[in-house]
Amino acid sequence: MNAIETRNLTKKFKDITAVSEVNLQVNEGECYGLLGPNGAGKTTLIRMVTAMSPPTAGEIYIFGNNLKSHSHQIKAMLGVVPQTDNLDPDLTVIQNLVTFARYFDIPKREAIKRSHEVLKLFQLDERKNSPIRELSGGMRRRLLIARGLINSPKILILDEPTIGLDPQAKHLVWDKLVELKALGVTQLLCTQNMEEADFLCDRVAIMHQGRIIETDTPKALLHRHIGSKVWEIELHPNTKNSVVQMLKEKGIHPEMAGNRIYLFKGEDLAAIQGIIPTQQVRSRPPTLEDVFFKLTGRYLTE
Amino acid sequence: MKFFSRRSIRVWQRNRDVFFRLWHAETPAFVAEPVIILLAMGLGLGAYVGLVDGQRYIEFITPGLIAGYAMFSASFECTYGSFVRLEHQRTFDAIIATPLDIEDVSAGEIFWGATRAAMTGTAMLVIAAAFGLVHSPYALLIPLVCFLEGVMFASIGLFFTSVVPSIYSFNYYFSLFITPMFFFSGVFFPLSSFPTVVQKLSWVIPLTPVVHLTRGLVSGNLHLNLLLLVLVVLAFTIPFFILSMVTMRRRLIV
Repeated sequence: MNAIETRNLTKKFKDITAVSEVNLQVNEGECYGLLGPNGAGKTTLIRMVTAMSPPTAGEIYIFGNNLKSHSHQIKAMLGVVPQTDNLDPDLTVIQNLVTFARYFDIPKREAIKRSHEVLKLFQLDERKNSPIRELSGGMRRRLLIARGLINSPKILILDEPTIGLDPQAKHLVWDKLVELKALGVTQLLCTQNMEEADFLCDRVAIMHQGRIIETDTPKALLHRHIGSKVWEIELHPNTKNSVVQMLKEKGIHPEMAGNRIYLFKGEDLAAIQGIIPTQQVRSRPPTLEDVFFKLTGRYLTE
Repeated sequence: MKFFSRRSIRVWQRNRDVFFRLWHAETPAFVAEPVIILLAMGLGLGAYVGLVDGQRYIEFITPGLIAGYAMFSASFECTYGSFVRLEHQRTFDAIIATPLDIEDVSAGEIFWGATRAAMTGTAMLVIAAAFGLVHSPYALLIPLVCFLEGVMFASIGLFFTSVVPSIYSFNYYFSLFITPMFFFSGVFFPLSSFPTVVQKLSWVIPLTPVVHLTRGLVSGNLHLNLLLLVLVVLAFTIPFFILSMVTMRRRLIV
């Protein structure tokens, strides 16, 4: 059974279609990444899946139950980590967690026990009596994730969980998410960080203009769209246009970004040797970012 | 329309916990101001006014001030207070990601606003009793009346909160609605001092029936009209209570 399934999920705001006929299938126990440029519809999709935004059309099923008719039971097993910090600034760190646990009808004694557990998990136990305003940005974000775990969720939904974190904190969060996956917690992860998606996700979907345009394992996506290597070539601004013209005549249509061009699989390196000196060509392993650019374009979409 | 559930108690509890954590930040002012007004108006102005309807002036204004400051408590809580939680702290967003619905949040806010009104009313009643201004055991019903009044003003306030674009909009709410009501509902002088038209108009503002209720209970002058007054309060409360549920959903669930 799918942990999360959407059927033709659509959301329109007046004349803008934010999410268009999305069919998402997240397996139980996997970490599924949603990638896409700003305005691709990721957050809107997540808001619908967490019952915070009613779909214009389509259905959402969580463990086979329709979200519309089972919203309370479903919300009780979701852990939601929002993109914008909405910790309760009127309460201390521990009060935030205990109060949040109470929304789930968790008895007080149990709530306190779990609060200490999640604080320890994210190395916040020494700050448990601090007011929220005294926490650093990184601590607040860790607390936000800790709060999402207070009800021992079966599905964790994270919107940009490591945005603004330093590398140490980022890796702490990643390690915890990997541990949670090992415990069987399904994760839906919305991110702009390709390294994060590659590190955490079993499968990723690439969203563009409200649609899922591609979904698979990171490895399969690299294989399908990029191949085993990327050739990066830095061109001189003066000769750029003529070089690209010559390449096109040979049937090669490179990806372009400023003065740099990228060549992916299937493109004949031998064919360019007469045009570009080999010392200008640099090869490197492909990343999800290459797939991302290839599928969603290099230009700002909003 | 969805209705609220027992889960709304969780929001009430959250607000209660915050209040008792930070009570010293606002409670002294909330109690001091009505006492100052009571003494200044009652003793100062009262020396010139003499008897009103057979009572000393300070006795006349006491029940009205109780009703008036209960109104202020519920109104501040469910306008500025609710708006900060709604827009600035995004507290409601966090809560509706749990099993609570937005209707539970709205109802919890309203019941907490009503609780604040009852607390203010009770504190003032105790002070008034200490000054020897309470003459009837029926005054023990005042906290209940203030709670009911609080539900009414919290509902109206939360409705307004759910439709305003910014926190500055509440200046209109207080300058043009709440404060005038304080002066046209019979708190400081009997409605009979007004021209007939104004007298009739003052019966369509929601504070007037409450002032007459508290006055009846404090003086012990009970009559069947008091039940009618309760019905008037309910007639203001129910539509705004329902309306605030609808408009808050419309604002937050998009």
